[in-house]
Amino acid sequence: MILTGAEILMECLIEQEVDAVFGYPGGTILNVYDALVSYRDRIKHYLTAHEQGASHAADGYARSTGKVGVAFSTSGPGATNLTTGVATAYMDSSPVVFISCNVSDNLIGKDSFQEVDSTGIMLPITKCTFQITDVNRLADTVRRAFAIARSGRPGPVFIDILKNVTAETAEYEFIPRSEHKEAGVLKAIYDRNMVDYYVPEIDEEDIDKLVEMIGESERPMLICGGGVVRGRAHKEFNDFVRLVDAPAAITVMGGGGMNGRDSHTTGMIGMHGSQASNIGVNECDLLIAVGCRFSDRVALDPESFAAQAKIVHIDIDRSEINKNVKTDHHIVGDAKEVLRRLNEKLSPQSHPEWMDFVFSHPTETVYEDGGDTLNPKQICDTIAKLVPEDTIVATDVGQHQMWAIQHFHFDYPGQLITSGGFGTMGFGLGAAIGASAGNPDKTVIHIAGDGSFRMNCNELSTVQYYGIPVITFIFNNHTLGMVRQWQNLIYKKNFSETTLDRGPDFVKLAEAYGLNGRRVSSQEELAKVIEEALEKKEGYVIDCLIDMDEMVRPMVGGGSHITNFMKI
Amino acid sequence: MEAMKNARSQTLALLVDNEAGVLSQIARLFSRKGYNIDAFAAGPTENPGVTRITIDVVADEPHTELLCNQLRKLYPVHSVKWLNTDNSLYRELMLIKVRAESGERRNDIIQLANIFRANIVDVSIDTLTLGITGDEEKISGLINIMKEFDILEIARTGVVAIERGNATINDKSKESGEFSYGKNVL
Repeated sequence: MILTGAEILMECLIEQEVDAVFGYPGGTILNVYDALVSYRDRIKHYLTAHEQGASHAADGYARSTGKVGVAFSTSGPGATNLTTGVATAYMDSSPVVFISCNVSDNLIGKDSFQEVDSTGIMLPITKCTFQITDVNRLADTVRRAFAIARSGRPGPVFIDILKNVTAETAEYEFIPRSEHKEAGVLKAIYDRNMVDYYVPEIDEEDIDKLVEMIGESERPMLICGGGVVRGRAHKEFNDFVRLVDAPAAITVMGGGGMNGRDSHTTGMIGMHGSQASNIGVNECDLLIAVGCRFSDRVALDPESFAAQAKIVHIDIDRSEINKNVKTDHHIVGDAKEVLRRLNEKLSPQSHPEWMDFVFSHPTETVYEDGGDTLNPKQICDTIAKLVPEDTIVATDVGQHQMWAIQHFHFDYPGQLITSGGFGTMGFGLGAAIGASAGNPDKTVIHIAGDGSFRMNCNELSTVQYYGIPVITFIFNNHTLGMVRQWQNLIYKKNFSETTLDRGPDFVKLAEAYGLNGRRVSSQEELAKVIEEALEKKEGYVIDCLIDMDEMVRPMVGGGSHITNFMKI
Repeated sequence: MEAMKNARSQTLALLVDNEAGVLSQIARLFSRKGYNIDAFAAGPTENPGVTRITIDVVADEPHTELLCNQLRKLYPVHSVKWLNTDNSLYRELMLIKVRAESGERRNDIIQLANIFRANIVDVSIDTLTLGITGDEEKISGLINIMKEFDILEIARTGVVAIERGNATINDKSKESGEFSYGKNVL
């Protein structure tokens, strides 16, 4: 049938089973929004307050559901407003297709109104970018973009469609996703790939070698990274931990990759990792990292990281092998498949003495009671006690993020949604909106700091309009806490430009957006408000007052040896 | 970029998709990592959808390995070969225009050109243009000699290279398979 470019785009989204899109209209994408109206019953569009909010929402949707997220924007400032969200998705390997329209072909390259080289801008922060200048190639390119976003190591793909393409017509045939590799350009790519790319089975010898190494090891240690989460390999990882009988540390991105309450987990690893995790890594003789890229927040000093150990790296992306840390053995493959095969071949091991040694060190930080103000652990404990166990937690970036990850337990992939690689302040609210849109029957909470929340609190209007029951908890210390912590410890208490002794009043702000705002300073008050919010199922902003000088403990300085804990 | 002690010129050969934006994506990767591309030569191959690029870059071995790995990860990149000087052939084409105002000078230049097996590709009343094909050593040898005369202009293609013997850039190995993992997207 003959359709316009805009209609073809909509049909392609339906081929991909997309049910939610986050975006913001504008001049060049008008045709797409015009077509959207007739697809309203199948594709729900969320109009955000800002394109950045849309980008984080699509990302949160993708992370929480495992499906590909979609965001729309117009040209120029619309596209550039997406960029922070695109880079956030790229650093954390989240599958999102960002679709933007550009000026028509008679205007392109002439510095027209709202024109920018958006594919050029997106190039370094996406897996792939496409500019579509021919309506006949639209459908195939969109299909290809989705395939790339979700394949291998997932990640964002950017599509720029010229405005005239969205109005022009072409022949379109609906092809279900399962048949894509038999169709059109995709078939050509598939055939080429069959010739050019030798796609390996996971190497059986590599698996055997690792099984042997595990058998020889007396002090094995595991790291659960983001790849376990993206690969939805949590069941396999839980089995693996049990079979190897080894302590397992969890990275920030790995939260939810294994059962957070498991007796084998030592909690977070790295800069704010637990003593058990960091000492375990330092003392082990075999370190098996699954889907982890040894970032500078984990392998703080790559030279001395796990110096006594043979390091084994399991990852889907070959270019991560030996990038940050030199490894002794690697297996390239999907975490789920690799772990499944390992579990088949492994006989149960037992390391009681080693486990006792590692778990003689604390896996969690103890915080003293705060007197007049709440302390972070009290807030986390109160929340955890009252919300359902499968509650999705979206965070912003800073101290509150570390506290949340240290004290909440995540049991399944997609339960923790946080910007680990890019560290995007202002990520949380948009991400929570996306997570709630993708998981309407789950409770979604948003953990924020006052600094992060101020950045993108405009999305409260989205929460209100669509009746999204996100509960925001602001860990309000009236300062940029993490930066203040560094100033405190490293910059001789020279608190330059970090104190937030200014508005807004978050309670009044919530009310201005038509939401419920509450301020609490004790556990009892907090508990009461949480119960109320859970019952009402409405958007809430809960302003939790904490002390300005509260710190994230423990802490190891950047570039230091992993057990070189600062005295805080 | 950290200072590299053992930096030397490295040659990489790539097969990439023949599509808009791919060359800039490749070039950007080098600039992002702080490397300056010394030479960059791109041209079509036996397969119209695929372009071959030869890149010369100054780097030490560990950093070159890292660069190759990052290149292999790019979606439009089919294969990357880090060429070994001992078993690869290098060729470059140069056109060089020199001033030759007198008959005596012209004769001197032609004689020297013959020694280098360079061709006279153009002549005017007061200039000569030579064409030469060869490896880096031969080309710079001719440039050094011509410095004795008055060089007006030089145009070089950048080096292209290929392995000796039956090895090709398309050879499959366990490693090349590992890099392609997940790129076969459908």
